[in-house]
Amino acid sequence: MVTTAEAGGHVHSAPTGFIRKYIFSLDHKVIGIQYLLLALFSVFLGMALSLLMRIHLAWPAHKLPFFSGGLMTPEQYLALVTMHGSIMVFMVLTTAPQSGFGNYFLPIQIGAEDMAFPTLNMLSFWTTFVSLAVMASAFFVPEGAPISGWTAYPPLSAVGEQSGPGQGAGQTLWVIGVAIFCAASLMGALNFITTTVDLRAKGMSLLRLPLTVWAWFVTAVLGLLAFGVLLAACVLLLLDRTAGTSFFIPGGLVFTDQVLISHKGGSPLLWQHLFWFFGHPEVYIAILPGMGVASHLLSTFARKPVFGYKAMVIAICGIGFLGFCVWGHHMFVSGMSPYSAFAFSLLTMTIGVPSAIKTFNWLGTLWGGRIQFTSAMLFALGFVSLFVTGGLSGLFLAQPTLDLYLHDTYFVVAHFHLIMGVAAIFGIFGAMYFWYPKMFGRMLNEGLGNLHFWLTFVGVYAIFMPMHYLGIAGHERRYADTTGVGYLAKLQPVHVFITIAAIITVAGQLVFLFNFLHSMKSGKKAEVNPWNATTLEWTVSSPPPFDNFGGKHPHVYRGPYEFGVAGHTADFIPQNLEPEKVSEAH
Amino acid sequence: MSRKGPEHGSTAVALALAVFLLLFTAITVYIFVAKWWWFPPAITVEGHEFDSQFFRTLIITGVVFVAAQLGLALAIYRFREQGKPARHFEGHTGMEILWTLATLVLFIGLGIYAEKAWAEVHFIGASPGALPIEVTAQQFAWNFRYAGPDGKFGRTKPELVSASTGNPVGIDPADPYGKDDIVSPGELAIPAGREVDLTLKSLDVTHGFYVRELRLKQDAVPGMEIHLHFKADDPGTYELACGQLCGLGHYKMRATVKVLSEPDFEKWMQQQEAANQ
Repeated sequence: MVTTAEAGGHVHSAPTGFIRKYIFSLDHKVIGIQYLLLALFSVFLGMALSLLMRIHLAWPAHKLPFFSGGLMTPEQYLALVTMHGSIMVFMVLTTAPQSGFGNYFLPIQIGAEDMAFPTLNMLSFWTTFVSLAVMASAFFVPEGAPISGWTAYPPLSAVGEQSGPGQGAGQTLWVIGVAIFCAASLMGALNFITTTVDLRAKGMSLLRLPLTVWAWFVTAVLGLLAFGVLLAACVLLLLDRTAGTSFFIPGGLVFTDQVLISHKGGSPLLWQHLFWFFGHPEVYIAILPGMGVASHLLSTFARKPVFGYKAMVIAICGIGFLGFCVWGHHMFVSGMSPYSAFAFSLLTMTIGVPSAIKTFNWLGTLWGGRIQFTSAMLFALGFVSLFVTGGLSGLFLAQPTLDLYLHDTYFVVAHFHLIMGVAAIFGIFGAMYFWYPKMFGRMLNEGLGNLHFWLTFVGVYAIFMPMHYLGIAGHERRYADTTGVGYLAKLQPVHVFITIAAIITVAGQLVFLFNFLHSMKSGKKAEVNPWNATTLEWTVSSPPPFDNFGGKHPHVYRGPYEFGVAGHTADFIPQNLEPEKVSEAH
Repeated sequence: MSRKGPEHGSTAVALALAVFLLLFTAITVYIFVAKWWWFPPAITVEGHEFDSQFFRTLIITGVVFVAAQLGLALAIYRFREQGKPARHFEGHTGMEILWTLATLVLFIGLGIYAEKAWAEVHFIGASPGALPIEVTAQQFAWNFRYAGPDGKFGRTKPELVSASTGNPVGIDPADPYGKDDIVSPGELAIPAGREVDLTLKSLDVTHGFYVRELRLKQDAVPGMEIHLHFKADDPGTYELACGQLCGLGHYKMRATVKVLSEPDFEKWMQQQEAANQ
């Protein structure tokens, strides 16, 4: 179904005044940038937390600033683990690719003037902001942040202070913060879906949508179906913690020789099912937009159409659907029925298939191309390499037999960091280098971009590849150091190597930060279409006018990846170029 | 066609990226092959089956890994901007079907093959003659209970748990079956060559029973009694380490696992009985 933007009636007048323009803005472009700034702050906070963790792991006896007596306690280590994971997964990987870039570019790429619900959009950002504030406040309560990991398994997360430091107010604030984040995500998902279905410009049929739009759309569907479950789980956990219910707490628990008599009949496994029913789609929410961006960048900078566009669309939808069917692979050792484990295992192996299809198609997109090594393209190429590496370790973990050894070891840490903590981040960086000119009207410095790429690409492999070997040696995750278990001592040199690599890689991100900030004022002024790209955002000024198309309604005549078409002198044809004009000028 | 902006074709960048991918692939594969960091030897039959399945998976993923990274490196170098037009093709349905089917068969095949070892551990219960041992996890210690000569475990009650008075698992003194129970704090002894049936319990939060040489891990969940059976063949001393985040002492929640020949196991049991008097 194709409707014109005007039928949607979502035009709002140009904002006046600083507050309306930059703080409580209804403009999806401003809201997108707000999300990106929130993610930028969060990623540096998350990296700082992980640096503290890495320094402690490498040199446990080394005195650190901010810690009393200079030494980090095990509970402080676990608080860092919990907050690092929570902030990175929620405030970086769920915001930047989808709510950040998606908010800014989905409406423009489909030819709309704004999102379907601009007020809801503004609300979703500020709700996210509040959730970050609530979550971060856990650091400042007397006993500190929670120590139960971003996964917050009960009973540890449900019974309060007696299970450990940080499990009182810190854990409660965490649960509330996550619940608020769920509400914000649901709002955003509603907006994305409605906008994509209803506000496409004339001629923008579904199979002419850029793959970025397909990715944002399917991601929003995942968000709508998954975040409701996490919200419910958080409410149940909050009730267990504060209202004496026992959804997750069985009876007869003993803490320091005292029996807990206020709860009985609950199941710790119930939380795991609810959490992972959300948690698995969540990781696809984190990676799908990056896949869309990778396809978009590889095509644009190889000057070739995406190989197998329809197959890519089917793969995105397949990954989205199957993503809901595999949550049990996080629970092979949980005490869940082993027969379910068998089913989840086969479904998980199946989800490797659409991922493999996408990888083949990315290679097919590059094949026969004329590759331009812009910073954006470098990150897209890095994405492909990282996705392959990270995805393949999933084949080990998907088999319950092998998971019996590898579960909760550094092998898992390697797997999810390569996929989420790196490939998804490369998708974000690629998007940033590509779209910064459009958003801010200035070019980023390409030399610094190349340097940033090399430091990061080499660095992340140096950090996370050794973790596979640690896992094979049996090194458990979430261990504050290697002094407690005998067989870990000989692995300590690997920790030192990883930490040194991490310090260098994090320092390398300052190159990006400098480039980002400095180019705002001093970058070369950006033209309308510096990359000779085909999609609709490259037909309007950099940055675009407040209503995206200056009152005009774009009309789309062709698909999004018309590069190198035979018989034309230009090596690209924009989506909205009238057919008559194609033969004239091209 | 006019191309604006700086020339982006660069043999130097393409070469550097391709060479890096090659080096990275070679180093990764080498470290796996050379086993710089590897599993400790397996001590059960299922453990050896685990090793075979791991090796099978490693070969398959290794081949795909090398092919994909090298394919990427080749594409990057061969198709760098050199002033020639790009080849325009939009896809190839035949190839799509081919690699979809190939991947499906390979991945599902691998998954089904893996189920045999899983079934032996989990679809079948312990045989009737297996030695029952109860494993009770708590923050931050492991206690192991043997049924004693009467072969039955005494009843336990949470309110009777008292580490200070030497009753860490809360055996009810009123139950006669509990009188000959043997509790070994922090040390699990197992007779080599005899099947063992563990019952995993937890007093407080979820913990994880993990012994590398057995190639087994199982969560001990409060409110549940989860069985795990195996037969260890190789005598030796091994380490049990907690495999599920359980609080601040998670990193040091260890115990010793001793696989003993039958005579040594008898001696150990006698020592425990004497100590429990």
